[in-house]
Amino acid sequence: MIRINNLHKSYPIGKDSLHVLKGIDLHIKEGEFVSIMGSSGSGKSTLLNIVGLLDEHDEGDYFLNGQEIKNLNEKKGAVLRNKFLGFVFQSFNLISYKTALENVSLPLYYKGVSRKERQKIALEYLDKVGLKDWASHLPNELSGGQKQRVAIARALVTQPKVVLADEPTGALDSTTTDSVMDLLKDINNEGMTVFVITHEEEVADQTKRIVRLKDGIIISDTINVQRNPVKTV
Amino acid sequence: MKFIFDSDTWQEIYGGIRKNKTRTVITIIGVLWGIFLLVTLLGASRGLENNFKNIFGDFATNSVFVWSQRTELPFKGFQKGRRLRLTTNDVEILKREYKEIKFIAPRSQSNSAITRGFKTGNFNISGDLPVLDKVQKKDLVYGRFLNENDIKLKAKVCVIELEIYEQLFDKNEDPVGEMVNIGNISYKVIGVYKNGNISFDGSAAYIPFTTFQQVFNRANRISWMMITANEGVDILQMEKDLLLTLKNIHKVDPEDKKAFGSANLAVEIGKVTGFLTGMQFLTWFVGIATLIAGVFAIGNILLITVKERTKEIGIRRAIGATPIEIRRQVVLESVFLTTVAGMLGIIFGGFVLFLLDYFLGSGPDPTLVNPTVNIPIILFAFLILIVLGTLIGLIPAYMATLVKPIDALRDE
Ligand SMILES: Nc1ncnc2c1ncn2[C@@H]1O[C@H](COP(=O)(O)OP(=O)(O)OP(=O)(O)O)[C@@H](O)[C@H]1O
Ligand SMILES: [Mg+2]
Repeated sequence: MIRINNLHKSYPIGKDSLHVLKGIDLHIKEGEFVSIMGSSGSGKSTLLNIVGLLDEHDEGDYFLNGQEIKNLNEKKGAVLRNKFLGFVFQSFNLISYKTALENVSLPLYYKGVSRKERQKIALEYLDKVGLKDWASHLPNELSGGQKQRVAIARALVTQPKVVLADEPTGALDSTTTDSVMDLLKDINNEGMTVFVITHEEEVADQTKRIVRLKDGIIISDTINVQRNPVKTV
Repeated sequence: MKFIFDSDTWQEIYGGIRKNKTRTVITIIGVLWGIFLLVTLLGASRGLENNFKNIFGDFATNSVFVWSQRTELPFKGFQKGRRLRLTTNDVEILKREYKEIKFIAPRSQSNSAITRGFKTGNFNISGDLPVLDKVQKKDLVYGRFLNENDIKLKAKVCVIELEIYEQLFDKNEDPVGEMVNIGNISYKVIGVYKNGNISFDGSAAYIPFTTFQQVFNRANRISWMMITANEGVDILQMEKDLLLTLKNIHKVDPEDKKAFGSANLAVEIGKVTGFLTGMQFLTWFVGIATLIAGVFAIGNILLITVKERTKEIGIRRAIGATPIEIRRQVVLESVFLTTVAGMLGIIFGGFVLFLLDYFLGSGPDPTLVNPTVNIPIILFAFLILIVLGTLIGLIPAYMATLVKPIDALRDE
């Protein structure tokens, strides 16, 4: 699903450049549940943004669903994101003046799905995250956990290949964290590839594979035995 | 272009606009004020223009009046200060020599008492040809104006002004066929007319030109003449030529400026219409400047809101909105705001014009007559507005997609 070989990324800072990713090799197969851990500034978000086509890499190869990602223009990027990827952010990033239902149906709008169809599908996904009754509420009427579940419903609504989540539980307390992680586990069990960044060991523990990053290099890539009764990779 | 008719597009725009109520109101007010000023001022100046048109309305506007005075230069043995007299002969010559003349009316005037029974008053008496009615249309209240037959027969008939009628007759009395005395000769009243806003004769009684010449012993001498040129003739040039011809006939130095006096109606009207044109120009200038300012305000505020909405735009792009879709939405918002504001402005302007018409446009002496604005002009202004709205919307639209989605989404 995701194949990354010798990926480099630097940010220009004034005249110098900051070398953030220094040769990443990562291969994520369909249906995996991967977490990335690492100290602040180690390049986790940078990696996820590149995987999510929100940013471009400088060197190396990146294949998404067998398609090489190279010199992507804005429009192609937008279409691929809409088609293959779902995003979940630490700060939810819901549109404040739209109801839960409208937020969830927005990706379908950009996909060109008809209004009626959009409403129907969006409601299905809200139901899936247990928030059917909150469909007509605005984000500021929802708790943090509820907001994140709406955001997850929004990420899933276009039936993407991969869900990318940058610290999805970073702004949540432990109970809501559990509910969000249960949801991510559920969708992974249904076959979705899930890729999360986290700081919390408890969260990483619930994923099937843990990648540790340090100073732009992968220092370990382990199978989480508890969650993988049958050994794979 | 399909997206324009897509209800979802408008749903999105409605959402964006509703979210930013204050800026929506402010932007709308800016443009609204501009188009409102344009509509109101244009309508008001049109009303003034119509009023002036009404005043000059019964006149053939390409007319020139000529009268005789005294010479100021000696010429061919004649002393200066010689008294000149226009005659019917001059009229005949001018009529023959100038094909551009449409009407030429010799005028002979005097004043006299007009008496009917015990009622009497002193009024202007004017000897005229039927053609006078063509140069300055007479608004007849009763009867008819002079005709060729009256001239031929030197008939003792007269057409009197309403004021004379009111002095000599009882209210609602039919004057046609009644007799009045002018001097000590009896005339039959054949008509009553009403003066317009401009009158050269005051409250006069018109009698046949031929009758006048005989009764007042004028032979072929006349007081002055009114000449109307055909459409499209350069009346100023014709005025000069006419004066030269007259100087030639009367053996006057061509350089003599005092010998004949003349007044050109076109010039007098031109002064007024020039003022009106100036006013309309000013109106356009003020209106369009305000409009542009309003549209710029919209662009500016959209720019601010685009900055405020950087995050929202980033979210939309992360979940699959292409840059074109984002820009399109911003431009449509701009166009929508300008259009709504423009329509409101036109409606308010129309309403104010209606009020102006109601309060200033009626009564016996209206300041504004029919203050209206041409629909094509409004449509044109409206079109310009939409074009400006689109153009100005392009700037924030461009800005909206300038920030990369990751930068827009970065926390804090
Ligand atoms: N657009 C950018 N321009 C310049 N430097 C950047 C940019 N984005 C990230 N960086 C730098 O790159 C490094 C890696 O950033 P990144 O966001 O990937 O870290 P992270 O591992 O996600 O950290 P955190 O756990 O705090 O979120 C940091 O030093 C950051 O300052
Ligand atoms: Mg990060």
